Amino acid sequence: MKAVVTVVGKDKTGIIARVSGFLYENNINILDISQTIMQDIFTMITLVDTTESRLDLAQLQSGLENVGRELGVSISIQREDLFNSMHRI
Amino acid sequence: MLNVNPVEIIETLNMIKDEHLDVRTITMGISLFDCVSDDWRRATDKVYDKITRLAENLVSTGEQIEAEFGIPIVNKRISVTPISLISAPCGHSIEFARALDRAAKTTGVNFLGGYSALEAKGYSNADREFVASIPEALATTDFLCSSVNVATTKAGINMDAVAQMGRVIKETAAATADRGGFGCAKLVVFANAVEDNPFMAGAFHGAGEPECAINVGVSGPGVVKCALERVRGQSFGVVAETVKKTAFKITRVGQMVAEEASRRLGVPFGIVDLSLAPTPARGDSVAHILEEMGLEQCGAHGTTAALALLNDAVKKGGVMASSYVGGLSGAFIPVSEDAGMIAAAENGCLTLEKLEAMTCVCSVGLDMIAVPGDTSAETISGIIADEMAIGVVNTKTTAVRVIPAVGKTVGESVEFGGLLGTAPVMPVNGASCADFIARGGRIPAPIHSLKN
Repeated sequence: MKAVVTVVGKDKTGIIARVSGFLYENNINILDISQTIMQDIFTMITLVDTTESRLDLAQLQSGLENVGRELGVSISIQREDLFNSMHRI
Repeated sequence: MLNVNPVEIIETLNMIKDEHLDVRTITMGISLFDCVSDDWRRATDKVYDKITRLAENLVSTGEQIEAEFGIPIVNKRISVTPISLISAPCGHSIEFARALDRAAKTTGVNFLGGYSALEAKGYSNADREFVASIPEALATTDFLCSSVNVATTKAGINMDAVAQMGRVIKETAAATADRGGFGCAKLVVFANAVEDNPFMAGAFHGAGEPECAINVGVSGPGVVKCALERVRGQSFGVVAETVKKTAFKITRVGQMVAEEASRRLGVPFGIVDLSLAPTPARGDSVAHILEEMGLEQCGAHGTTAALALLNDAVKKGGVMASSYVGGLSGAFIPVSEDAGMIAAAENGCLTLEKLEAMTCVCSVGLDMIAVPGDTSAETISGIIADEMAIGVVNTKTTAVRVIPAVGKTVGESVEFGGLLGTAPVMPVNGASCADFIARGGRIPAPIHSLKN
């Protein structure tokens, strides 16, 4: 299943390392990654494949929320279909 | 590679996190015709068994979809065939109410709708008994919702039923007086009721509906309000386009959720209802959309025009985003459930008469309005008759959901809590319509109903 991981918050060192580390630990493959500063806010958007992960999206969301708390940023994981449905005909 | 760009992803996240985008309800419609029996015990057992079997996984499936897509699905609900049709052979309709409430509790849904009767042209003997049971049914159950269709464009207005519903509303308020007349919040009187409405309290699964169907209601007044903030001062063409684009996006999410729920539950997808449904939460108000268009407060002159534009643009934007559109589809204006409406009603800017005018251009009707506790049954029937006339003549659905606030008067309010909010008691016209209501009979269908 393809999902989008979005990290939004104040920029600091180690965000990408910590998030990609979590994804690696949970057997999640990163397919695409982009990072930008949008309206002075750090934004990282990652397309991932969760097929090999033992955890479902609800468990991954909860794990990523913990990582987000450590880093002081907001992290969410959602199926890619949500964004495709809304923005592509 | 990502199909959508970061700006679009952040836009979606902001809609969910900051602008209250949600799917308001996944409603499973269930036909109960095969539960009919001349033995009420057998019939009610079959009703309970069928609902709990078909809707067993409704709530958990809704929660799974919510978790995977990160989109809140606020309510999971059930609608059933109008019970007056199912209980007709055996009577004891109150026993059906109890069985339905038990089924709602077992499945864990928020509400179950369909304790309903269709009597636009007249009463069957069973209907009369059924409608008389509504106050007790609503007072002794927790999750049951009831509706009665008393008028259609084809049949006209059954004024006997209008008169009876005035009394039924008063009795329901009295029977639930300890809960602020809460029973009346679960009771809707309709003209041109729709058969696939997923929204409560008026949902039922019509006679022409399939065995089982998934109907989804979307929401998002906050998203529309925020989109309009970005085009302040621009012309109405821009306003309409902005609402259309936003409605399209909101509806696409509803369509996706509906398809996903339908696939997982193995139940056909029915319709997406394109409604803007407010909640009492800050930033989730239809009134605030109208105010964003340039009105000092909802209820000011211009409000009806603003609502007409909004309602039309929501439909135009939403209709292309869904394969099947149905239900009520339009902006809702339930006073107690909308922070902007509550404020406008409290300071007198929004009156019952203005709300009545607004119902001519939107779905659904006079909704979640508290009136003084001493309002007579005849006056409530008069309020219903006016609203039914609007629906019948304009070939649209209209409804009345008023709550006589027992022991309270203008200046006070009734607190329901949760999504049902707070209803300020609104003044009603004091002149009597008792002789008008006492005439009885049926107001004939309008000339434009003769289309064949």
